[in-house]
Amino acid sequence: MSSKEIYVALVGNPNTGKSTLFNALTGLRQKVGNYPGVTVARKSGRCDCGDGLKVELVDLPGLYSLAAASPDEQVVTDVLLGSLEGSQQPDAIVVVLDATNLLRNLFLASQLAELNLPMALVLNQADIAHEQGLKIDTQLLSQRLGGVPVVLTSAWKGEGISLVRRAIAEVLNKKSKMTRLTWPGQVESALGAIVQAIQADTGKAPSSADAQRILFSSNAHTSNRLGWLNVQRDSIVRQARDQVRAAGYNPLAAEPLIHYAHLRKVLEGVIAGGTGKQGNAAALDRVLLHRVMGPILFIGIMLGLFASVFWLAKFPMQWIQAGVDFLKSVIAPALVSTPMLQSLVTDGIIAGVGAFLVFLPQILILFLFVGILEDSGYMARAAFIMDRLFSWCGLNGKSFVPLLSGFACAIPGLLSTRTIEDPKARLATAFAVPFMSCSARFPIYALMCAAFIGPLYGPGWESVVMVGMHCVGLIFAVPTAFVLTRFVLKVKPQPFVLELPRYQMPKPRDVIWRMWQNAAEFISKAGTVIFAITIIIWALCYFPRDTQMSDRIKAAEPTLSEHELQARTQAAMIEQSWMGRFGKAVQPVFDPCGFDWKITVGVLASFPAREVIVSTLGVTYSIGKGAEADSQHLRTAMQEAKWMDGPRKSTPIFSLAAVLALMVFFALCSQCGPTIATLAQETGGWKWAAISFFYMTILAWVMAVVVYQSVIRFT
Amino acid sequence: MTPLSQLLPGQFGKLVSLNPDQAVDQRLMALGLLPGMALKLVRRAPLGDPLAIEFGGQVVSLRLAEAESLIVDVAADCPVQRPKPTP
Ligand SMILES: Nc1nc2c(ncn2[C@@H]2O[C@H](COP(=O)(O)OP(=O)(O)OP(=O)(O)O)[C@@H](O)[C@H]2O)c(=O)[nH]1
Ligand SMILES: [Mg+2]
Repeated sequence: MSSKEIYVALVGNPNTGKSTLFNALTGLRQKVGNYPGVTVARKSGRCDCGDGLKVELVDLPGLYSLAAASPDEQVVTDVLLGSLEGSQQPDAIVVVLDATNLLRNLFLASQLAELNLPMALVLNQADIAHEQGLKIDTQLLSQRLGGVPVVLTSAWKGEGISLVRRAIAEVLNKKSKMTRLTWPGQVESALGAIVQAIQADTGKAPSSADAQRILFSSNAHTSNRLGWLNVQRDSIVRQARDQVRAAGYNPLAAEPLIHYAHLRKVLEGVIAGGTGKQGNAAALDRVLLHRVMGPILFIGIMLGLFASVFWLAKFPMQWIQAGVDFLKSVIAPALVSTPMLQSLVTDGIIAGVGAFLVFLPQILILFLFVGILEDSGYMARAAFIMDRLFSWCGLNGKSFVPLLSGFACAIPGLLSTRTIEDPKARLATAFAVPFMSCSARFPIYALMCAAFIGPLYGPGWESVVMVGMHCVGLIFAVPTAFVLTRFVLKVKPQPFVLELPRYQMPKPRDVIWRMWQNAAEFISKAGTVIFAITIIIWALCYFPRDTQMSDRIKAAEPTLSEHELQARTQAAMIEQSWMGRFGKAVQPVFDPCGFDWKITVGVLASFPAREVIVSTLGVTYSIGKGAEADSQHLRTAMQEAKWMDGPRKSTPIFSLAAVLALMVFFALCSQCGPTIATLAQETGGWKWAAISFFYMTILAWVMAVVVYQSVIRFT
Repeated sequence: MTPLSQLLPGQFGKLVSLNPDQAVDQRLMALGLLPGMALKLVRRAPLGDPLAIEFGGQVVSLRLAEAESLIVDVAADCPVQRPKPTP
């Protein structure tokens, strides 16, 4: 955003319809959902306000008060104060309010008035207010607030949008500001004392909003930001607070008390009617939050969700796989004259990126359901039901959405931890998310179950193991979070104040956009990294090249068919490649887990992206290129694989013990470059990303050893 | 005068005092839960914790431990029975 451009910020309580309004004004598509905390970062777009006036509009996360607590709320205060690097204060702010709950929504507006910026009020969800029989006198309200434009809209229906455009043009033009409340005398002088002290120390007078933050909030964000670090600071603030106390207010309660008293007067005669009925929420909650029915329905919904994700995704996944194979079969002959390029394109790029794209259907479908649950209003109830199960280990009900998303992909899960206020609870949740069984773990489970568990123990056990593997991560994540929050971070029990929104029919338009945007985040974040690492892995498996390999094998075994020769050559090539040599060198480490050097190569190659395991096993078990989870060749090759030497000579490599150990290893190991990168970004540094990596990887190894060594003794 | 945590589901009360030093109480005050405000304990979560309370036309969740510091006066005309005395 260039500094010349006029820019306007959309601010308001969570779940009031800011993003919906933003979309209507800019024609863009920002995520929308009926859950407090859908928007977690600022997004900007261009809005046409008539007469050639174009402004840069910024959509912000919702917040209840300027005393920011969570990181997404901090974003808002930073933007409004222009305190971010290279940004300026907005030219005007548009406060979006829920018309059905004006008093509470006006509290934030009244705090914002202290910023002394041009301001307009949008009373949104007018359709619901109308349904509840509320009549709002916008003219009177505008008058009471000093003439700021006040408009009534139903952003979702697109009603009143042109009024908002006009209001923005008007504020920019007239610079109309909302009347600030008059503080009681002693509070005013306490604020004055703080302003003076800061001016004396830093040479710059702080804004009155900043002075209020210092006086009324217990944290030191604001003083630090202003560079007010005087040793006398605390005693100056204490003195000012004593003045507030003398006026009869607890300093930490003074702000809401005075604002609300002021706003009650402002609203007198503004709202008429209102049946007071809360719509459908009470009746539906009686069933969905019922002591017995509630948990049963919750479990039913979750089981249904996962079952349908896997069933529905099966078909498009097969199509994508077929498309990838087709692409390879078309491109390979065209590059036959340049074998290295052919291998890079088909084995490296197409196979690697294809292996990753295959998960897209699962991710899309999971987010479709998450979107439906969220937009209907159920997700907040799910958090309410689940809170008890999470709170004992230092997480809270809000951890539920990130963890659920983690079953599709850790990246969107990590992004949605931003709604958690407490940085430590948030960190603990972020730490737990990569444990969830994401869809990239699915192929190795599917391969192992189809090749070994199914044939040996029947389809019943196959599904038991499949479900079991999806729980392994969860089983380890919970105690991990407990230890982390209790003994490492020493988190105090965190507040859990979550608004339970009303129920509504999910809006297909919003849900589908939501789904698509989560998927796009996944593709753009992971796609680029995956692309790079597939090339690196390919190179490690390709070089160094022994061009005489094929001839030597043929000379030794002249009876081999063309296909067998090719497969054997590939296996020999990978054995002497950098990756193969490395795998053999490292194999002793994985020997206690029952992994031979080929599995070890697969494990090592999967560190950047765990889904690579299946195609790598395909190469090392010499069934040629293009292995898939349901490939019959690969299954047979693995079933027949035997130890060549050592104490386990000529026993099958893939014994039950090794199969289970391998799956447990993949369930727990940190094998995803993009997740590590996102974790570093979200926790503000590489420290926790590194801790997560080593912790998960060591845990995976230990558990794989435990599983292998104990199962091998029982079989 | 009872802590909010001891109200029964469906019971009404009027907030007498809270503890502004606590983050939870600050958040609730921002939402408009100030002394003198009428509130209702709507329900407990299936596992007994958290609680759902209603005030000023909104329903908000709150943990049992956090509801300890909220002191309410159970309204005299309240249709439900009074809570059991604290042991
Ligand atoms: N009935 C009705 N629903 C609306 C209206 N505007 C928004 N909604 C719904 O309200 C919910 C919240 O909308 P969002 O636009 O995500 O709200 P937000 O203010 O951006 O929320 P956060 O990003 O969480 O702060 C969604 O389910 C919308 O569909 C409206 O005018 N009428
Ligand atoms: Mg939003």
